[in-house]
Amino acid sequence: MVSLRINNEVKNFDAPPDMPLLWVLRDILGLTGTKFGCGIAQCGACTVHLDGAPVRSCLLPVGSIGQRAITTIEGVGATGVGAKVQKAWLDLEVVQCGYCQSGQIMSATALLNATPHPEDSDIDAAMAGNICRCGTYVRIRAAIKHAAEA
Amino acid sequence: MGGSLVVAFHLPFARSAPAQKPEFAPNAFIRIDAHGKVTLIMPQVEMGQGIYTSIAMILAEELDAAFAQVTLEAAPPNDKLYGNPTFGLQVTGNSNSIRAFWLPLRKAAAAARAILVQAASQQWKVEPTSIRTADGEAVHEASGRRLAYAALIDRAQGLTPPKDPPLKNVQDFKLIGNPLKRLDTPDKVNGKVVYGIDAMPPGVKFATLAACPVFGGTVGHVDDAKAKSLPGVRQVVVLNDVVAVVGDHMWAAKQGLGALDIRWNEGPNATVSSDDVWKQLRDASKTEGAVAKSMGDVAKGLAEGDLLEAAYEMPFLAHATMEPMNCTVHVTPTTCEVWVGSQVLSRAQSTAAKVTGLPLDKVTVHNHLIGGGFGRRLETDMIASAVQIAQQVDGPVKVVWTREEDIQHDIYRPVYRDTLSATVSNGRIVGWKHHITGSSVIARWLPPAFQKGIDIDAIDSGADIPYDIPNLRVEYLRDEPPAVPTGFWRGVGPNNNVFAIESFMDELAKKSNKDPLAFRRDLLGKAPRLKAALELAAAKAGWGNPLPPRTGRGIAAQTAFGSFIATVAEAEVDADGEVRVHRIVCAVDSGIVVNPDTVVAQLQGGLIFGLTAALYGKITIDKGRVQQSNFNDYRMLRINETPQIEVHLIKSGEAPGGIGETGTTAAPPALGNALFAATGIRLRRLPIDRDILSGKKPA
Repeated sequence: MVSLRINNEVKNFDAPPDMPLLWVLRDILGLTGTKFGCGIAQCGACTVHLDGAPVRSCLLPVGSIGQRAITTIEGVGATGVGAKVQKAWLDLEVVQCGYCQSGQIMSATALLNATPHPEDSDIDAAMAGNICRCGTYVRIRAAIKHAAEA
Repeated sequence: MGGSLVVAFHLPFARSAPAQKPEFAPNAFIRIDAHGKVTLIMPQVEMGQGIYTSIAMILAEELDAAFAQVTLEAAPPNDKLYGNPTFGLQVTGNSNSIRAFWLPLRKAAAAARAILVQAASQQWKVEPTSIRTADGEAVHEASGRRLAYAALIDRAQGLTPPKDPPLKNVQDFKLIGNPLKRLDTPDKVNGKVVYGIDAMPPGVKFATLAACPVFGGTVGHVDDAKAKSLPGVRQVVVLNDVVAVVGDHMWAAKQGLGALDIRWNEGPNATVSSDDVWKQLRDASKTEGAVAKSMGDVAKGLAEGDLLEAAYEMPFLAHATMEPMNCTVHVTPTTCEVWVGSQVLSRAQSTAAKVTGLPLDKVTVHNHLIGGGFGRRLETDMIASAVQIAQQVDGPVKVVWTREEDIQHDIYRPVYRDTLSATVSNGRIVGWKHHITGSSVIARWLPPAFQKGIDIDAIDSGADIPYDIPNLRVEYLRDEPPAVPTGFWRGVGPNNNVFAIESFMDELAKKSNKDPLAFRRDLLGKAPRLKAALELAAAKAGWGNPLPPRTGRGIAAQTAFGSFIATVAEAEVDADGEVRVHRIVCAVDSGIVVNPDTVVAQLQGGLIFGLTAALYGKITIDKGRVQQSNFNDYRMLRINETPQIEVHLIKSGEAPGGIGETGTTAAPPALGNALFAATGIRLRRLPIDRDILSGKKPA
């Protein structure tokens, strides 16, 4: 039996300790907002927060998490910065197909929590791990700056 | 028959329930119920291009519905009602949704509005011409009477729609032309959106699979003892060409797959390499092709003036949609239910029917918002495999391809070789011959469109070249590569033609000692819209302004997908041949624009998609296998490498042009020309070769 704190709720379930959090979220808990893109932490679609820090859940074994707080895309909007990021994403119409955007928003929110007024180089460093095949990068950058000012 | 996904943006997400009172359904695209709910049925699929919103805008405009109140619903599989007029079947692709549906949707909505006006005129006993409509209401100004559409639907039921309803004048548009917020995006920022891969029918099991690493190979022997002993592994399904593991979750399925000992029959393709592919293509390109276009006397033209000859080559490319291939299926003895994201909904249904042998009305397909199409989801191979697996599984099973299987078992953008010969004299082109060699996707995907050896897609933007050329021949020769399956990839035919032509135009400009902008401009006498786009892009880019050393500007002009676009790229090359793209400026004439913001977004995104291909994209073959496997070795452009992008829209009253693929085709030649300007080195193959740019290898 594994017990995890996810979006301020305790979830109990059965899973092998080496099972990545991504699949627990999606297949066991039905939280499908976190996406599978590559399985090797190259694309960022699976990004969640662990005690506020961005992590790639596709390579995060549930046995290693302990009591640390997990936030997913389903819960990040309940935070001030998360809500600002989501609003900026819609204000600037960042989204095209949207599949990568859960990960983008999680990475962007973590960035703004750590660096409230990021420079372009901060944005580059924080967001380079999130691939967008539709090419929404121009608007992602603008939306991060927009959220920072909100 | 079939199913439908109800995507409600102002009401709770729900399946369409049977109406309590009769709804007004004047045509396949519009339903209005007694409560005033206006449901718009989407014939095309939303994969990020914003088409749901644009189609809703077109319908709501002519209907005069209150846009804030509309609900969208995906069309069920039904070619007769929802087929793309260009293709005769349900297809979202070729940047053609608005071009194909612009008039049909406007007419359908205008006819619906006309019936509602007629109903109001009967109710009020006034002339229809005295009634105006707005925001879902009919209004009789003279008496101040108004009725919501909902109040008119009973009376409207018995009325006959006019065959040729008057359409609004462009200047009277209230919605069309405005950057309205997209209807599908709110749920894409909060985790609520459901893609095919997120489908969770009750009791679903999870599967992943492996195909033979060598193209066309089959399963020889499977030792599944270890796999079956792993916790969470439920079942191993062995088909002729793939092996799947079914488990309690994807992790168990993946672990199980990794624990299988599979011996493959590699088959006849086990020695095929990229060298074989190029040799075959180059040999084939020496043979005359079918003539796609002929003007004047090409032999005479090519004997007059200064001759230049060049050959351009493009590699296989994978689609790498962010949502990997997946399909969820539940097969019972009498039914088949499918959850998927498909660009070809009726083909998805017929594929499932074919595999199961069930009649169409027992096959339900739930289409979904798509996490990247790019042409990959114009195919139904993933559906066929998933149905075959599901036939051996009790209950629903979600089959998800790993990224490695997705990249190594794609249906690839073909290799192309374009050979061009032309003569120039006094800054003008005298003779021009363009020979296109490559796979014909059309011959496989839509055989009736492949006639007399001509693939209409492979010659697209090649045969209809916009420049003033008195003696011209464009030929196409079909050459199918060994082993590798080919399909449509964003940009399709224009990808190779625009790259080859715009690179060659730059080379001809150099040969003529003319500036690349001036050379093109002076040859666009018959193409005023493209000429205007060219001049605008150049002006906005500051064409001619000085640049630092090793930095160059390149320009490319294209007529593609019914739109006229000019693109200027600014790129810098360092001593190691590494490229930094600083800025791209684009001017677009796409006729009447439904939603300008989606046009800008598609250009921004498309340019990045094309840049990715030009900088990094290649799929190589060795021993019959794809060498690339995931994003570590099939590289994608990321935010830190993205240039500044400016898009300028030209206002036009012409018929709408297509946009979805235009940025993809524009970026590579603009980049290639910028790299030439920066280094004096001409790259005739993609992706760019840094060793050539740095001088380590000859061009």
